[in-house]
Amino acid sequence: MTTHPANQQFDVIVVGAGPAGSAAALLVARAGLKVLLLERGEYPGAKNVSGAVFYGSAILNELIPNWWEQAPVERPVCRRDIAFMSPTTAVALDFRCAGAGFATAPYNGFTVLRPKFDRWLAAQAEAAGAFVLTSAVVDDVLRENGRIVGVRVRREQGEIYGKVVIACDGVNSFLAKKAGLQREFHPHELSLGVKEVLGLDPAIIQDRFHLTDNDGIAYEYLGAITEDVHGGAFLYTNRDSLSLGVIGQVSSLVERRKRPYELLERFKAHPAVAPLVRGGKLREYSAHLIPESGWAMKPKLYTDGMLVAGDAAGFCLAAGLYLEGMNYAMQSGLAAAETAILACQKGNFSARTLSVYQKNLKQRHVSTDFRAYRHAPSFVNGPRLQNLYPEMVAQGMEQIFRVDGAPKRKILPLAYRMVRQSSIKPGQLLRDVYQVARAYLW
Amino acid sequence: MVMTTHEEKMRTVRFRVGATPHIVVNSEICRNECSVHACVYVCPANLFVPLDDGGILFNYEQCFECGTCYIACNQEGAIRWSYPDGGYGVTFRES
Ligand SMILES: Cc1cc2nc3c(=O)[nH]c(=O)nc-3n(C[C@H](O)[C@H](O)[C@H](O)COP(=O)(O)OP(=O)(O)OC[C@H]3O[C@@H](n4cnc5c(N)ncnc54)[C@H](O)[C@@H]3O)c2cc1C
Ligand code: SF4
Ligand code: SF4
Repeated sequence: MTTHPANQQFDVIVVGAGPAGSAAALLVARAGLKVLLLERGEYPGAKNVSGAVFYGSAILNELIPNWWEQAPVERPVCRRDIAFMSPTTAVALDFRCAGAGFATAPYNGFTVLRPKFDRWLAAQAEAAGAFVLTSAVVDDVLRENGRIVGVRVRREQGEIYGKVVIACDGVNSFLAKKAGLQREFHPHELSLGVKEVLGLDPAIIQDRFHLTDNDGIAYEYLGAITEDVHGGAFLYTNRDSLSLGVIGQVSSLVERRKRPYELLERFKAHPAVAPLVRGGKLREYSAHLIPESGWAMKPKLYTDGMLVAGDAAGFCLAAGLYLEGMNYAMQSGLAAAETAILACQKGNFSARTLSVYQKNLKQRHVSTDFRAYRHAPSFVNGPRLQNLYPEMVAQGMEQIFRVDGAPKRKILPLAYRMVRQSSIKPGQLLRDVYQVARAYLW
Repeated sequence: MVMTTHEEKMRTVRFRVGATPHIVVNSEICRNECSVHACVYVCPANLFVPLDDGGILFNYEQCFECGTCYIACNQEGAIRWSYPDGGYGVTFRES
């Protein structure tokens, strides 16, 4: 490799200071290597939006023991609700766990606010020795003799050289595309999330959601909540605010000509949601894309001199019961860092050496999880499972509970009549049952 | 209050507006080749204003940089999309 001025030459360059990038930079710095973390925002987290429940507590605990004692976390999630909605009714499954690692260390998940959390995590990478440069947009990769040798930052003399580049630049990853590792996406592969943070007194949150002290709850909503748009909604408790939002598949928003912020208003007005958000005061509105197709939108993960991790690699599990991206971002960032460290030890940065990344992703359960759930996204994010069936559950319950003097029907004939009245064919229903089982059970 | 208009929502977001637009819309293509006008519906910041002649009026200043318009636009070349200069654009504080 040609030599470059020392201040422009690094062992590893990480692009993007989200959970993937900061975790990667932290690990590389701890290995004693010279690492640069580049972020286009004014500070890490300035451009980032999640729900957000961070389910990577145990992972982060390996890196920073008892990390929650110093990090800006909101509430440990000890209740999880899944609600099936019709336009006027809701049926919910309520999971509560006060012990067993949910309300006690190492905790299962915390609600976080990304601008605060990401800033803290990047500061940990910096404390470990990483150089962090904010307000720096990377526009392209640099190549020499066909391999990637660095990145071009948008400014004078923006060429920066590194033996390995790790692209952690999120869902729109320009870097993966510039490197020829990723294709353009289709509107059905991505969902748009619009979100609000509503300020609310902690004492009200505690009473309203039946929470002990600083415990938190995460609600996921399926069914008629997004009308006929394929998607769902969420509501999470923070210390003194609620985070809530609506998620809709881009292609389906287009087809139905629905504006996302209008769906958000209708969500808040739903009779099952309105009492939960009452009195909340809007602090911030935000929007961000989610890669929803998992395995199907995975790019080529490495090439000579470069690795891809996090949302940039499609490692976001968005399938009905699950909305987990931050933890997988962190896991894949760590796997990429381990790969880069090994390459630096060997002094070889070819695609062949970097192919160890695949093994590292397996060891960290990233590729294994995404393979296991490869059938879930395309099906779960479809109209019947996300919208129609949940709505039918909610309507069915209404009929079971309604007492109006008409003869009581047993559940099976009731279900039979509902299926008959819907657009679903019995064969379709059976196939769907099989698909759900294949997606989640085995 | 809990229920808010889109204008009220946008007022809660901080933008540091750069001098050059990071997204440019070629209204000629919108006018002549597009019947869907997907951008008008999907943009969470409501930045695409349909004109009477079928074209689009676009202002980049209050953009979330989410990429949805680029993904949704069905006409090749109508949207030139990139990120604003470093440190400019949207800056979330709570999300
Ligand atoms: C509405 C919504 C709700 C969600 N809820 C949850 C949830 O509850 N739990 C969960 O685990 N996940 C959730 N997710 C998914 C989660 O947000 C992502 O999977 C996660 O943020 C991915 O992390 P990342 O580090 O790969 O990418 P990001 O967090 O997107 O970070 C990418 C970083 O790269 C920077 N960057 C991009 N391009 C450049 C460039 N060219 N130059 C310099 N810097 C650049 C960006 O500014 C950003 O800081 C949600 C997502 C959305 C949109
Ligand atoms: S969808 Fe694309 S081509 Fe159509 S109006 Fe919008 S920007 Fe123009
Ligand atoms: S990037 Fe997002 S916010 Fe900006 S114009 Fe496009 S759709 Fe609207």
